[in-house]
Amino acid sequence: SFRCFSALNPALKSTLDKVVTSNKVVLFMKGNKDFPQCGFSNTVVQILKSLDVPFETLDILENELLRQALKEYSNWPTFPQLYIDGQFFGGCDITVEAYKSGELQESLERAMCS
Amino acid sequence: MGVTKEGVESTLTSKMNPSHLEVIDTSGGCGASFAIEIVSEQFEGKRLLERHRMVNSALEEEMKEIHALSIKKALTPTQWKAQQDSSTTQAA
Repeated sequence: SFRCFSALNPALKSTLDKVVTSNKVVLFMKGNKDFPQCGFSNTVVQILKSLDVPFETLDILENELLRQALKEYSNWPTFPQLYIDGQFFGGCDITVEAYKSGELQESLERAMCS
Repeated sequence: MGVTKEGVESTLTSKMNPSHLEVIDTSGGCGASFAIEIVSEQFEGKRLLERHRMVNSALEEEMKEIHALSIKKALTPTQWKAQQDSSTTQAA
């Protein structure tokens, strides 16, 4: 019989589809917005807080299956992972760059008004 | 076998053919952790997310052991030159 090593089965994929669209801004991170457990996650939380945007955080340290599945779902190997309007936006470096260039504010504004 | 700065450099050099590459070991003893600046023609016409994905997938094997990776710059040679020129002007 086959053994499938993919964490992302169809049921989990459809659950993730729902989770990333459950809120306009969803951040998968280490820890939560009040207690980030990694500097990279904390950076993104602080940026989102400074922009005064409502966002939901999910702690990937609490769920190893979620953590592995998300890497495949986003095709992104690390955390944090920021989703805006159901679309993967990027990790910490991309968020910082986009914050500096104003692109993040634009994307958030578009999402909030859609 | 851990991931070394030299290993990251040689993988990126062979896969991305960069005209400028700087890999900085930022581990400070807590495990393989790197910051990268890379300039490559392969980034031409690609958005930042795609560029970072290209670097991530070039380092797919290493990523299994890398503790943290920060891509500080992923630029085309033209963008890199423009940045160099403007920083020289500012310094002058």
